[in-house]
Amino acid sequence: MGKIVLEGVEKHFGNVKVISNVSLTVEDGAFVVFVGPSGCGKSTLLRLIAGLEDVTSGKIYIDGVNVVDLPPAKRGLSMVFQSYALYPHMSVRGNIGFGLKMAGMPKEEIRTRVDAAAATLNLTPYLERKPRMLSGGQRQRVAIGRAIVREPKGFLFDEPLSNLDAALRVNMRIEIARLQKSLATTAIYVTHDQVEAMTMADKIVVLNAGSVEQVGSPLELYERPDNLFVAGFIGSPKMNLITGATAEPYGAATIGIRPEHLAVAGDGDGWAGTISVAEHLGSDTFLYVEVPGVGLLTARTQGEVAFHAGERVMLHPDPARLHRFDKSGLAIRN
Amino acid sequence: MARAISPQKKWTFTILAWIVALIIFFPILWTFLTAFKTEGDAILFPPAFLPPHWTLENFFEVQTRSNYFKHFFNSVVISVGSTLIGLVIAVPAAWSMAFAPTKRTKDILMWMLSTKMMPAVGVLVPIFLIFKNLGLLDTLGGLTGILMLINLPIMVWMLYTYFREIPIDILEASRMDGAVLWKEIVYILLPMAIPGIASTLLLNVILAWNEAFWTLNLSAANAAPLTAFIASYSSPEGLFWAKLSAASTLAIAPILILGWFSQKQLVRGMTFGAVK
Ligand SMILES: Nc1ncnc2c1ncn2[C@@H]1O[C@H](COP(=O)(O)OP(=O)(O)OP(=O)(O)O)[C@@H](O)[C@H]1O
Ligand SMILES: [Mg+2]
Repeated sequence: MGKIVLEGVEKHFGNVKVISNVSLTVEDGAFVVFVGPSGCGKSTLLRLIAGLEDVTSGKIYIDGVNVVDLPPAKRGLSMVFQSYALYPHMSVRGNIGFGLKMAGMPKEEIRTRVDAAAATLNLTPYLERKPRMLSGGQRQRVAIGRAIVREPKGFLFDEPLSNLDAALRVNMRIEIARLQKSLATTAIYVTHDQVEAMTMADKIVVLNAGSVEQVGSPLELYERPDNLFVAGFIGSPKMNLITGATAEPYGAATIGIRPEHLAVAGDGDGWAGTISVAEHLGSDTFLYVEVPGVGLLTARTQGEVAFHAGERVMLHPDPARLHRFDKSGLAIRN
Repeated sequence: MARAISPQKKWTFTILAWIVALIIFFPILWTFLTAFKTEGDAILFPPAFLPPHWTLENFFEVQTRSNYFKHFFNSVVISVGSTLIGLVIAVPAAWSMAFAPTKRTKDILMWMLSTKMMPAVGVLVPIFLIFKNLGLLDTLGGLTGILMLINLPIMVWMLYTYFREIPIDILEASRMDGAVLWKEIVYILLPMAIPGIASTLLLNVILAWNEAFWTLNLSAANAAPLTAFIASYSSPEGLFWAKLSAASTLAIAPILILGWFSQKQLVRGMTFGAVK
């Protein structure tokens, strides 16, 4: 159980409005990711759900109960902090078991549960250590252990992987996703990394300046962005956005085409341009092409290709994959 | 920041520091030595540095004449008691200032500190009358209460600066883990703040132990701590240097020993958490 519903949630700090009118449904067992640029209010929204901040107005339901007046302890959620926020004076065992101790669980049962959680997270050898004697990745796992051991209604993650190095981040990402699926517990995960969002989420909530821009599955957002912001934010490398005379024939103020949907050829029809930089990654090649009257476009081709900087190429957009936006930045759908 | 200091400079500073320390320490040393002199030797002119005839007589006489141990007991009750009660009030106060500040928190802190800038004698009469009417004059309870109150601003300030060094994330994590406020304070905040709390306790025990204005004015025979015990030797009947010195030595010895063993904590405490 753990369905979380937000209804018209607003948050002001003094007279600054940080969250404006957010309504949202997180289904039981879903993995939902809040993504958006720095300062858009992701952490604040998560803390409102956690109860660490009070809403200015609006309602938050957890399993049908409005919890806005309940303290964090009574909401039945657990949270993993960016800084891990482990209790430095307690052993790993004490850290993981603290929530159970607060709930008044008998010592024997705490022991059993902590041992089980530690085994899942490969922490058994470290149970008697203090947090300062652990590596970053191990601390991260302790923080996760502390969250799962209580069998909460939902997990809240605030950029839990941002302090880890790149390789470890990928591992932990997979580990968290797998753990969440096996526990079938609702999870809300905050990140500004759209790759994390795309790979982990059942559903992504794109936030910008305190408002929800779009909610959808990763592929929905990728294939049918509702507006320019989402189009530019989701996907890596970024979608090419073209305005002006080039967009006019398509009946749009702006057209968008993802780098992987631009076919590159030595001749034929399309937009003619000069390659200014070619990035060879082995699996992919990114070409940055200067097109006169259009601007710098990014094209992505699979595998190793024989194009090099300075060469003239033709870029041909896949018409089925072309996105059109009106003057106010909203998608035009036919 | 590492700065190169020439050996000569280092020596000069060391010697200067020793001279200053000796000047500060000299009166205490003199008192200590005088305590072992006979009354006659104590007023010799020119004075003798070391006692010509070592004697412990002063100490015995001081105990029989004015019961040192009774005053010692009073001092312990008042200083430890006022510090512990103060702590119970100061911890929640400092918690709210450090972790749930409002626009007025800074003002309140300044106001609390400003009460320490007022001369105590300015409120002597009202406090005396309150004590009189409530029957608190010359009681251990009354003295403990007043010392607790006058040291409370310092305790709150010290704890506040220590608490601010503790990341609020950790407290929030405990809230998510289901800790209610008192559990958050007892299981998380206090254990993490032990060094700060220890220095606060020590400094306030020492301040209360040495406090002489209120203890002298609000006590007579029953509740008088060691400060009053010393003062009783500078009586109208004349000064007895050797006995006064013996009394002083006995009064400062416990706190000197306590201070010696807790130097590290104290230095940290008196910098008000400015250094880590
Ligand atoms: N306690 C506070 N008082 C005033 N303003 C705040 C407070 N907390 C956050 N804000 C403001 O609210 C906005 C949103 O902050 P928030 O921390 O939610 O951003 P975020 O999306 O998590 O960003 P990041 O990706 O950098 O963590 C920011 O402009 C921030 O300055
Ligand atoms: Mg954040």
